[in-house]
Amino acid sequence: MNEVAIPISKIRRARPTPKGRAVDPVAREEIARVLEGAPRAAEYLIENLHRVQDRFGHLSAARLNALAEAMRLSMAQVYEVATFYHHFDIVKEGEDAPAAVTVRVCETLSCRMAGAGDLLEKLPGLVGPNVRVIAAPCIGRCAEAPAVCVGQNAFGHATEATVAAALAAGAVKAPALEPIAFAEYVSQGGYRTWVECVDGKRDVDAVIKTMDDAGLRGLGGAGFPTGRKWKIVRAEPGPRLMAINIDEGEPGTFKDRHYLERDPHRFMEGMLIAAWAVGIEDIYVYLRDEYHACRELLERELAALAADPPAKLPRIHLRRGAGAYICGEESAMIESIEGKRGMPRLRPPYVAQVGLFGRPTLEHNMETLHWIRDLVAKGPGWFVSEGRRGRKGLRSFSVSGRVKTPGVHLAPAGISARELIDEYCGGMLDGHEFYAYLPGGASGGILPASMGDIALDFDTLQPHGVFIGSAAVIVLSRHDRARDAALNLMRFFEHESCGQCTPCRVGTAKAAHLMESRKWDQSLLEELSVAMADASICGLGQAAPNPIRCVVKHFPHEV
Amino acid sequence: MKMNELATTAETIDFKLNGETISAFAGETIIQAASRHGVEIPRLCYKEGYRADGNCRACVVEIKGERVLAPSCCRAPAMGMEIESTSARALHSQKMVVELLLSDVPKEDLKPGGNELFHWAAELGVQHSRFEARHQPKADISHPAMDVNLDACIQCTRCVRACREEQVNDVIGYAFRGEASKIVFDFDDPMGASTCVACGECVQACPTGALAPARHAYAVKADKEVDSVCPFCGVGCQLTYHVKDNKIIRVDGRDGPSNHERLCVKGRFGFDYVSHPQRLTTPLIRKAGVAKGDDIAMDPTNWSSVFREASWEEALELAATGLKKVRDTIGPNALAGFGSAKGSNEEAYLFQKLVRTGFGTNNVDHCTRLCHASSVVALLEGIGSGAVSNQVSDVAKAEVIFLIGANPTSNHPVAATWIKNAVQRGARLIVADPRRNELARHAWKYLQFTADMDVALLNAMIFTIIEEGLVDKEFVRQRTSNFEALKENARGFSPEKMAPLCGIPAETIREVARAYATSKGSMILWGMGVSQHVHGTDNARCLIALSLMTGQIGRPGTGLHPLRGQNNVQGASDAGLIPMMYPDYIRVDDPDAIARFEKFWGRTLDHKAGLTVVEIMDAACEGRIKGMYIMGENPAMSDPNAHHAREGLAALDMLVVQDIFLTETAYFADVVLPASAWPEKTGTVSNTDRMVQLGKRALDMPGDARQDLWIIQQLANKLGCGWDYQGPESGVAEVYEEMRQAMDTIAGITWDRLQEQSSVTYPCRTEDDPGQPVVFTENFPTRDGLGKFVPADLIPANERPDAQYPFVLITGRQLEHWHTGSMTRRASVLDAIEPLAVGSVHPLDLDAIGCKAGDVITVASRRGEIALTARADDGTPRGAVFIPFAFYEAAANLLTNAALDPFGKIAEVKYCAVTLKKGGKLQELGSYGGGQSFAEKSGAR
Repeated sequence: MNEVAIPISKIRRARPTPKGRAVDPVAREEIARVLEGAPRAAEYLIENLHRVQDRFGHLSAARLNALAEAMRLSMAQVYEVATFYHHFDIVKEGEDAPAAVTVRVCETLSCRMAGAGDLLEKLPGLVGPNVRVIAAPCIGRCAEAPAVCVGQNAFGHATEATVAAALAAGAVKAPALEPIAFAEYVSQGGYRTWVECVDGKRDVDAVIKTMDDAGLRGLGGAGFPTGRKWKIVRAEPGPRLMAINIDEGEPGTFKDRHYLERDPHRFMEGMLIAAWAVGIEDIYVYLRDEYHACRELLERELAALAADPPAKLPRIHLRRGAGAYICGEESAMIESIEGKRGMPRLRPPYVAQVGLFGRPTLEHNMETLHWIRDLVAKGPGWFVSEGRRGRKGLRSFSVSGRVKTPGVHLAPAGISARELIDEYCGGMLDGHEFYAYLPGGASGGILPASMGDIALDFDTLQPHGVFIGSAAVIVLSRHDRARDAALNLMRFFEHESCGQCTPCRVGTAKAAHLMESRKWDQSLLEELSVAMADASICGLGQAAPNPIRCVVKHFPHEV
Repeated sequence: MKMNELATTAETIDFKLNGETISAFAGETIIQAASRHGVEIPRLCYKEGYRADGNCRACVVEIKGERVLAPSCCRAPAMGMEIESTSARALHSQKMVVELLLSDVPKEDLKPGGNELFHWAAELGVQHSRFEARHQPKADISHPAMDVNLDACIQCTRCVRACREEQVNDVIGYAFRGEASKIVFDFDDPMGASTCVACGECVQACPTGALAPARHAYAVKADKEVDSVCPFCGVGCQLTYHVKDNKIIRVDGRDGPSNHERLCVKGRFGFDYVSHPQRLTTPLIRKAGVAKGDDIAMDPTNWSSVFREASWEEALELAATGLKKVRDTIGPNALAGFGSAKGSNEEAYLFQKLVRTGFGTNNVDHCTRLCHASSVVALLEGIGSGAVSNQVSDVAKAEVIFLIGANPTSNHPVAATWIKNAVQRGARLIVADPRRNELARHAWKYLQFTADMDVALLNAMIFTIIEEGLVDKEFVRQRTSNFEALKENARGFSPEKMAPLCGIPAETIREVARAYATSKGSMILWGMGVSQHVHGTDNARCLIALSLMTGQIGRPGTGLHPLRGQNNVQGASDAGLIPMMYPDYIRVDDPDAIARFEKFWGRTLDHKAGLTVVEIMDAACEGRIKGMYIMGENPAMSDPNAHHAREGLAALDMLVVQDIFLTETAYFADVVLPASAWPEKTGTVSNTDRMVQLGKRALDMPGDARQDLWIIQQLANKLGCGWDYQGPESGVAEVYEEMRQAMDTIAGITWDRLQEQSSVTYPCRTEDDPGQPVVFTENFPTRDGLGKFVPADLIPANERPDAQYPFVLITGRQLEHWHTGSMTRRASVLDAIEPLAVGSVHPLDLDAIGCKAGDVITVASRRGEIALTARADDGTPRGAVFIPFAFYEAAANLLTNAALDPFGKIAEVKYCAVTLKKGGKLQELGSYGGGQSFAEKSGAR
């Protein structure tokens, strides 16, 4: 039957495999080896992507597919996560793998001001074909601008010569840090305060009251009162979880790294006290990927703590970011810990009620926890006795830009920018005159030097349309233009927008484009700014127009 | 939550919207409450029924006391809240969002009349955008069914939710980030090269036409829209045909109870078979002297060497005379009829009535014999009813779902979506199948047991439940009989003993048995993998025993659900299209029933059960059956050992075939009657969920084709039946009303009620009965009201692999092709996606015979040999080949074994021994299939 032939040209080929990519047996074997002993639940997707990227230097489509199969995820789930984070290199069939070594040159404001553009221009010709040079957003070394990361070796004061030397020496791993290690910390009386808590020598309510009395607020930028947060989460039904934000990505901010590199157990003790006070079963520590040395340090010191715990520890999980500023946003970080794209959640519900894995979650910035031990041990008096202009407490300012001694400066709350520069930073660099400053990183806005005497603290800057955020102060001189800084920051936001909501995804791109023009379309930019601030899902989009509005308001001559 | 679900909650929340106090139901969002009060807030990423995502921000509103605006699609109003959706501040952001999106889409409207961005731009008075457009991506037209125009994409992710949260096909992702964010398929692959199964949910969800039906179907404005039911599988999805110039231009899912707007590739894109040029348009009569045989060159476009055209009068006269002659000279039992599970209930009812009263025999059957006959026997024997106890959607209420011998992502795709949704909500899915299917990825436990070892696996579960004390003693005591026999029989089947036989570790069997027995609600669903064996009835008996012994039946989220295959296999069986039962499963050898139906139909009836499908073919071969009337079935392709079936058809004195295409079976006919496709008629069908659903005529028939109901009546009257059904659409309403009188279970579903409600679940005994989705809540419809345990022993397959034929052949269906392919291989999109016969083999087995994926292989059994393309598929178990039976150029049923299950008389098409070797000569394609109709339509593409 059916002997009538039809033209071959009209006949389609039968697919030799089921629909879509088939899993390559070689890749399946490779992935099985890489995942040996590794957990395969969906929440470990980013961790496992790192395993594959670290092992092979990139993520080939074949291995991604094998990874999807091994983790029982769909290809789309794996692909959208892998492409969301900038530290994963996906190589499709027929594409070249990236060079063995990548040099990331920070191009965000402080580094840009310190000559990152020059490095980005010259390095590619210098390093040869086996090295890839790419621009990267802030890597948290603004005090040593310009900063680079050669492989996993981040360092500052980078020049063509130091980068070439690092490459020549094969120095692609971060040199080990030498903090106050576990044994030393314990010998100095470390973890005693936490043990007193666990042993019932301290009362939870009293400890929470100490937080209230100290006026300790979230130091990641939002400034939510710590004691109040503890009370809220504590009242939620268990199991409760804790998520610690060390995604320090706000341009100009490097205080968390500063403290972590020196005294990690002090933060960990604070973390354990908070966990005790709130009744936490699992702690998730989220560390930005750029902090490779800190990761090794944390792995080492957490292991030391686990090996000889002074009291019963909650479960502690260390999670590694993968290059996404947005994951510093509390709910985006939670998504990322769950192995997903870092897309902020809509609130309500708040993470205190429905957070990580749908559980009530206590989320803290690392520095907030850093202060807890001493506040509990010594009481709040020493802390609240500090302050200027009626403000109370101490703030860790990350200062960068045109000052003589940039770095983390612990200064009284309410200090002014001018005082900070003069008293803590050795004044402006020679030949530079104070012109403008950013009081709170990229999002906090830009103020002119004429407003350099107002108090820097939570709540004091809002009337001026700016905020202190993570207390990252970037100082501009008359060699700089505020509009250049604003455009640099808008490009940063455009690059780092998660892409979820229209005002931010489209708005940052359109704004950056408009800001390139010599004469700004101020009314359109303002219309756009209003919608971005009003209608974006999270703080990134809401704060992204701050630089625009500050330039229009305070530096109208520039635009 | 959907609005209509919300309406039932009593609690209300009063709040102010634009100065007026209105009230919302608990759980309702601002946008929903506003809509109910006539205030339409702009929305783009929001789609009623989908999870609100709140990403587009077109629906932001001002809430008094809040710092920023809030997305009204994601926020529930609180008591006393003051909300402004039209304040200057809210409008500013709504407009800016629309303007930003407008700047990045093409001016050309890709979804005229349905473009939601353009709609809201007009509503808000945003005429153009002041921003420069982004860099635009190229269109992706790699898929036969759908075009991807990402230049029109507004990143609302409705398609992502459609693909991942509704249909759970997990193909679409939202990749990259920021302005580079992009809708991707798998690894940003062309849609046509991706794992996309073309359900088209994304197209239906897309607000701008960025995802659109291919070939600019949106650009055509329909003349009319007609509501109907999908003609393919037993899920019974409701749909709307968009018709232009008597052609269906596209199809949308409708909010029916079994599909809630969802469809699969067949339902959404498989409709143009109706207008295929090979449609039969005039009656045909076999030319004198043309022999009937397998060796005729078959070409449905050029049949003139075999047939000549005839008038209806001549063709009907010839058919009736031929059948009458057999009846009157040899006897009524020398006649037989095959009705169709693809026709309506009314057609099935009239067809069996014709055979019983016009032919005077009970030799009437249909393809149910080849699918669930064994399940039905076991169900009738065990619990007194062959239909499902619970509807598919009940999986939402189950804690454990046990799916065995079924591949619903291919064969009941929309039903599979409810299972996947249940898993997403936390249900534990157990998939037991020798072939790993798509659902295995979603399963808590996937049991790839050895083919043919169903009873070993299931009895080991039964053993475990008894041994570990997990039997529901109360249920067994009150509602069942014969448990001791089951217990006695189970002794020999410990998991430890069965593990080596069925290939599943004993501990896994125990774990699964425990989960099934102890959950709050466990539901069993099964398919042909259970039924199409010589031990098919035993397989089903074990499943029934599992549910009875654990009390997992008679409540929501429990029960037994044999997934019915054809769109109306349930209804056709209900209507009596089976040789041993009158309508409503009344046995034909029951004297009371005979009396009742003799009175009802006014004829004396045959008092003996008739022959079944395979028995009829045997009888035809042996000369005991001499005349047949076959409506819409294709036994030359679908019967096991098809050579044998074809021999039988060739041996008939008079074969009347009524169909829409010249099928393989029609080529053996003396008279061919051109009939109606489903969209060309009005009638009811009953789905796997026991829902009687109404389909309405959308198209006129081509040429001189006639509605099936009319043809049956004509033939019946020529055989002396004296019927007179009045009214439009061939008197369908009168036929239905007569059928309703014969069937107590649908007594409450009047024709008028169906016009109003489209779908009513039965049993439904009175007109105010809403219908019973869950049955057996109090007792079983058996004589004593008890469920009966029937123990099963291990019976091996009829033909096991041996040295000469070392492989196992498993036959079945694939997603795109319906049964023998007569419809779907003429549907251009379906034909394009699966153009040719393929045999799926494990890649290591391919290696072993020296083959690569895509090579030609020859598969041979003791009965026949076919050559086809090898598909490397590691879901196929080692030592097996899977071949769909839809392809005439490599008909799988030429190889299958006609050995029957002794109870259900179902053939063992899921298992026979074959050899596999590299190479062979592919049979050349005929005038359809191979993707040619797609090639013709799409021109250069």
